[in-house]
Amino acid sequence: MTTTLESKVPSGPLADKWENHKFSVRLVNPNNKRKFKIIIVGSGLAGASAAATLGELGYNVEVFTFHDTPRRAHSIAAQGGINAAKNYHNDGDSVYRLFYDTIKGGDYRSREANVHRLAEVSLNIIDQATAQGVPFAREYGGLLDNRSFGGAQVSRTFYARGATGQQLLLGAYSALMRQVETGKVKLHTRIEMLDVVKKDGRAVGIVTRDLVTGEVKSHSAHAVVLATGGYSNAYFLSTNAMACNVSAIWRAHRQGAAFANPCYTQIHPTCIPASDEFQSKLTLMSESLRNDGRIWVPKSADDKRGPNEIPPEDRDYYLERMYPAFGNLVPRDVASRASKRMVDSGKGVGPLENGVYLDFQSAIEREGKDVIEDRYSNLFEMYNRITDENPYKVPMRIYPAPHYTMGGLWVDYNLMTTVPGLYAIGEANFSDHGANRLGASALMQGLADGYFVLPYTIGDYLADYLGDSVVPTDDPVFNEVEDAVSGRVDGYLSANGTRSVDWFHKELGKIMLDQCGMSRSESGLQKALSDIPALYEEFQSDMRVLGTNESMNQSLEKAGRVDDFFELAQAMCVDALARDESCGGHFREEFQTDEGEALRDDENFAHVASWFWTGDAGNPELVKEELEFENVALTTRSYK
Amino acid sequence: MNIVLQVWRQDSPESRGGFKTYQVKDISEEMSFLEMLDILNERLINQGEEPIAFDHDCREGICGTCGVMINGQAHGPQQGTATCQLHMRKFQDGETVVVEPWRATGFPLIRDLVVDRSAFDRIVEGGGYISVDTGSAPDANLIPIPKLVADTAFDAAACIGCGACVAACPNGAANLFTAAKISHLNLLPQGQSERWSRTENMVEIMEEFFGSCTNHGECEKACPKQISIDFIALMNADYVKAKFKNRRLVSQNG
Repeated sequence: MTTTLESKVPSGPLADKWENHKFSVRLVNPNNKRKFKIIIVGSGLAGASAAATLGELGYNVEVFTFHDTPRRAHSIAAQGGINAAKNYHNDGDSVYRLFYDTIKGGDYRSREANVHRLAEVSLNIIDQATAQGVPFAREYGGLLDNRSFGGAQVSRTFYARGATGQQLLLGAYSALMRQVETGKVKLHTRIEMLDVVKKDGRAVGIVTRDLVTGEVKSHSAHAVVLATGGYSNAYFLSTNAMACNVSAIWRAHRQGAAFANPCYTQIHPTCIPASDEFQSKLTLMSESLRNDGRIWVPKSADDKRGPNEIPPEDRDYYLERMYPAFGNLVPRDVASRASKRMVDSGKGVGPLENGVYLDFQSAIEREGKDVIEDRYSNLFEMYNRITDENPYKVPMRIYPAPHYTMGGLWVDYNLMTTVPGLYAIGEANFSDHGANRLGASALMQGLADGYFVLPYTIGDYLADYLGDSVVPTDDPVFNEVEDAVSGRVDGYLSANGTRSVDWFHKELGKIMLDQCGMSRSESGLQKALSDIPALYEEFQSDMRVLGTNESMNQSLEKAGRVDDFFELAQAMCVDALARDESCGGHFREEFQTDEGEALRDDENFAHVASWFWTGDAGNPELVKEELEFENVALTTRSYK
Repeated sequence: MNIVLQVWRQDSPESRGGFKTYQVKDISEEMSFLEMLDILNERLINQGEEPIAFDHDCREGICGTCGVMINGQAHGPQQGTATCQLHMRKFQDGETVVVEPWRATGFPLIRDLVVDRSAFDRIVEGGGYISVDTGSAPDANLIPIPKLVADTAFDAAACIGCGACVAACPNGAANLFTAAKISHLNLLPQGQSERWSRTENMVEIMEEFFGSCTNHGECEKACPKQISIDFIALMNADYVKAKFKNRRLVSQNG
């Protein structure tokens, strides 16, 4: 088992590291690129951009998605925007400032070199997307517009109404489809990856299941890239799409890839509160709304008047009160915890008293309804469809919900996991956001990894295997994994219990939300670590999956995903329990200041907690990668 | 509230399908239509009947995965709303609701309410892109684009590729989808180099899979993003021009 983690961060001054690294990595000559085959799993921003770029470079690429078309990936639902240090608005932005804000926003739990690289390539991403025809918002002079996002004091967020993720994904998808047309990229839709295959310690392919016919099949390649997104659906109710899951990276983890910081999850402050117990998911309202919306609750918990009847002096604009410098634009973790405190103290609003107000009245009076409409109309309409309330007249009700996972597969500076030849990009890796991601940085990271990082770094690995053909899919290593995959599928079908897979998923989600959500405690985590295995055992013996393997069977697909969530949930709790500090989205009740703010322990926990699979989900092996800060001073984050 | 559902059930493309009636009792008005189907499926599993297969994912109206015919209307009665954003408060207590898959030759059925929309990808492959290799882009502010042009391009680009336009069309035509894809790029300065080849290719691939447009306008009504059929006019004009422009290009090449 690997016991040291080599980050491969290049030496030299921070600003030169990436340039130097690009020069020092080995390249594959253009004529030789066609001799290599690369598998990419997932077709969101990271996967599609990587596939398109590697195809353009001349590699043979095979893309797998479980959706019916690559453009369904959940990147599409990102609303607010994408950061870039263009400084088009002359407000003091720079690559270094974006780097600094991201490191600080992540509560000093990410690698300096990775974050700086991200800030550097952010400039190229905007250029690339614009050239592809992404219709970013523009000013009347025809130049690009920006807005502000949480955790920053400059306007550096590029956006396309409230559908920036959609437009960027359609851009990456169009580039991907162009390569499909040239034949450099082969696209497999409605095919789900169910395991990674290794030979002599290296990743040599994957095993998949066809979601329409049930066929289990092997695919081999020189390298495998996982771009399969995050795992917020471990909580059942989250802002993620219904199909988002951890299985691809969890299976890789079981094959030896270290899983880093699984407990770092982001609870997004502005989501529509749950309305009943049948709710299938929570809907995000873009963080950009915090540019113009003011968050408040009634000063008194007994105040049961409607929002418009409560006069200003009886309202508590608590973010503006507690954090005057950043006000409503504090980072997500800070905003979420403040809302939770308000609701926990009985000041929650709405029929279930489970929300806080996000009020646009001042902005409408200041800017006019037209301006607000132009900025947010699609979000307002979405809110109206879901709640049947008109946010132009009545304040929105919002509450935090699981949204993004900063944790993921451990990767080195080249984005390679601890399994040689296996890469993880986008939300699937742990790399750039530390313990808390700033708004509009997920799109940036997904595209940075796919367009501008992986295409350079993957050559360094492939260069060693020039002339080697791929491992044939009738090799015993493939047969073995195929058998295991088929065995698992048959196991779900033959369990023949009494409860649906969804029922178990919901129960697991409740445990996770209560014990490993916005705030965590030692006793709660220990309780979760005894409850989850018990529920897992019940799941294995009592699940009911009807139908067969040989036709489309959505419960069967889900059974495998929930199975992996059960193991992941234990890793999340183990990690949260081991991290005796509060940082970013990880808030341990035992570690807080007198004012209830997160209390970091830099002496003992300035590291990446990387866990290796041992065969027992509740007892993974911890290997630490110490984080070295050469450029920024570790200070207490203050947004006051 | 209580609802009577008549749902199209079909095990596979080859097998014979038919409507099945389900009494869905005690559901909340606050539920979305798909959450109501979730509840029904949960009950079916408990009774030992296979759940209804339907496509869905983001449930925020943006991924375009979901979509069924509800009482004969693509995405149901609420305008500008995808199935996942439709809520039960839009139905009457005791109402009978007929649920069918998208019906169009271009979308072969896979199972129950799930159809194969991969023909849309074939159309995009034919030219729904601007050829710009990664790394070769100039600075994003080099080409100013008038706000109105960028906004109109966005209006077209808002298409989520759900297929409601095809399902709503009496001819099973995909002109609104194709027009949205073409117009988004043809309106922008970046899209000009490939404007004519893009238009000709995409229109002709579209015609291999889908029916012809006869200006019924049903597509616009059904579109959850309310994309205007004006874009179809734009596409048609560009298609005619493309026939001349592309021929001229050929003659220039000798």
